[in-house]
Amino acid sequence: MSDKNKKGPESKTYKFDTLSLHAGYQPHKNAGSRQVPIYQTTSYLFDDVDHAAALFNLERGGHIYSRISNPTVGVLEERVASLEGGTAALATSSGMSAIFLTVMTLCEAGDHLVVSSQLYGGTVNLFRLTLPKFGIKCTFVKPRDTEGFKKAIQKNTKGIFGELVGNPGNELMNMPEVAKIAHDAGIPLIVDATYQTPYLCKPFEHGADIVVHSLTKWMAGHGSSMAGILVEGGNFDWMQNDKFPTMTKPYEGYHGLSFAEEFGPTAFTMKARAEGMRDFGPCLSPQNAWNVLQGIETLSVRMKKHCSNAEEMVKYLLNHESVAWVSHPSVPDHPDNALAKKLLPNGRGSMIAFGIKGGKDAGVAFINNVKLASHLANVGDTRTLVIHPASGTHSQMDEATLKFAGLSHDMIRLSVGIEDIDDIKNDFEVGFRAARKPRLVSNQ
Amino acid sequence: MKFKVNGDEIFASTGGRPFDKNKPLIIFVHGSGLTHMTWVLQTRYFAFHGYSVLALDLPGHGLSGGKSLKSIEDMADWINSVIDAVGYKEASLVGHSQGCLVTIECTARYPDKIKTLSLMGGAGAIPMNPELLALAENGDPKAVDLMMDWAHGPAGHFGGHPVPGLYHINTGGMLAKTRTIKDTLGVDFRACDNYKNGFEAAKKIKIPTLSILATDDKMCPVKEGKKLADLIEGSKVDIIDNCGHMMLLEEADRVLKVLKSFITTNYPTKN
Repeated sequence: MSDKNKKGPESKTYKFDTLSLHAGYQPHKNAGSRQVPIYQTTSYLFDDVDHAAALFNLERGGHIYSRISNPTVGVLEERVASLEGGTAALATSSGMSAIFLTVMTLCEAGDHLVVSSQLYGGTVNLFRLTLPKFGIKCTFVKPRDTEGFKKAIQKNTKGIFGELVGNPGNELMNMPEVAKIAHDAGIPLIVDATYQTPYLCKPFEHGADIVVHSLTKWMAGHGSSMAGILVEGGNFDWMQNDKFPTMTKPYEGYHGLSFAEEFGPTAFTMKARAEGMRDFGPCLSPQNAWNVLQGIETLSVRMKKHCSNAEEMVKYLLNHESVAWVSHPSVPDHPDNALAKKLLPNGRGSMIAFGIKGGKDAGVAFINNVKLASHLANVGDTRTLVIHPASGTHSQMDEATLKFAGLSHDMIRLSVGIEDIDDIKNDFEVGFRAARKPRLVSNQ
Repeated sequence: MKFKVNGDEIFASTGGRPFDKNKPLIIFVHGSGLTHMTWVLQTRYFAFHGYSVLALDLPGHGLSGGKSLKSIEDMADWINSVIDAVGYKEASLVGHSQGCLVTIECTARYPDKIKTLSLMGGAGAIPMNPELLALAENGDPKAVDLMMDWAHGPAGHFGGHPVPGLYHINTGGMLAKTRTIKDTLGVDFRACDNYKNGFEAAKKIKIPTLSILATDDKMCPVKEGKKLADLIEGSKVDIIDNCGHMMLLEEADRVLKVLKSFITTNYPTKN
């Protein structure tokens, strides 16, 4: 082989599928247990008083109390950090608590956030109604309005938050462009990547600085356990300006510690744990962490099937007489089709929104008559799930907010599972038949 | 804290405590392309237990101003200037990897100033893989990926960071990308490759010296570390099993325990 063709040394660090199974855990340090043990304990023995003091003062690493950290939860945190390409992670009791801890680590009363308008309904309510009670205000911007994010930034803006693919309308936020806007303003971009999982997209590779997940969804995948996580990319320079004094100035709660100075690329996670977990306490149970770990072991296998089933369902719905419209980034005339190809090369995800002919009544009849698809308030289960957002997940929004969030009364949100595709289609036929005659057919 | 050395504004972590000139001084010197943050699981302990600590960012690295120094000899002289700049007459030195070459050379050059020497993942010479050196000098991020791969043992590759939630390889990678790869890692690797005086410098060292080595260290193997330690009179060696070159993070507690015992015995606090 000529020198020209010589590839040179290659890094042999483990790749995605291997990390999904192994990252964060060494059996020989755990009595040889091949499976990650569930450390069902509240607290951990100190060697002596000096050891205790050193742990409390972040002089040494280790566990003190399971609200702050737990060895089983720690494996999950390292595993997700490794899969995302992040430096550190902090697992929480739910996706919502991960978002809340992220905001509370970033902001103080008087601060402001720029937020994509197309989000899970609970997240909208957090930003619209609850955070103002803490003195944190938000400006909503439609996800496709990239320039709008720039215009909405104020002097006291501390970050931009969005879902890459908005819930439930499937509008994409142009993450690389929005990241550039955030970085030009000296603030971080926070991305909720629940819909993607790191198998479909690693937001840090596209400019995001902090990623949050509801692990309850595709990461755990089996609809068994609530969990959330925040992951840090490690690339954001908190010391570049004076916008983040709680990261850069001596912190009274830890003997004058400056998180940014001491922990650099892991500073945000260290602060979120040391302060946020200490003071708010939404910790993940070790049992749930273990359940999520089981799901992550098969993440890539499941995501492939979720995505292939979703693409089949898109074709089926596009050609169905009862369907008014279909929104999924794989649809050729979806406004974000090209952006989705770039950001989601491994698949466009398994969330589909579609409009049913006949409006709200038809939607209700459809939901009430499908048997295999489960009508519930979750997404990312191995099983196919359906919901009518206007009367379910987003029902606490008024008409104007629904419209701004891109929701309509004929919309059905579909989370495609990994069942046999023919069985899902057959089930939908039953639903559509009922939808065409909503007053004649009902299972209630 | 920030202070001036040879006209450049230099940053050093003081381990979370105010710098106190009445306490004995320990200076921590990081490895190629890295920063003071590699020492966080040692520095905070010493800072809260009677010592003044300076975990330096070498010129042009991390939060320090100036340009990267081009030779190990220049870095050794610069450490001496740091001691002068903070108003001390003596210090204890701790080095990792390239930091070992720097602290060996500094100790040999300034024998009256240096009171103890602690070496982690050290060797008398660190010749660089030519391809790795070329990648770093060209500013190719692949250099960092390769360094992280070769520098970590099982804890790095699988996980199990002593600080819950932190992931070794990605954290290390980010530290090495704090500044331009070409201007930090590239310059440092070349300085290591050029340095030939390690074994001669070691023969001149007459102060208490500790070498912490690791069985899975591919960058400075145990054999090379022992060769160096054998040249230093009365040198102590501690070998950590199942651990790579980044022992100060991979086995932070073990390193701290050994370091604590060595420094508090040979360079005690005044209380």
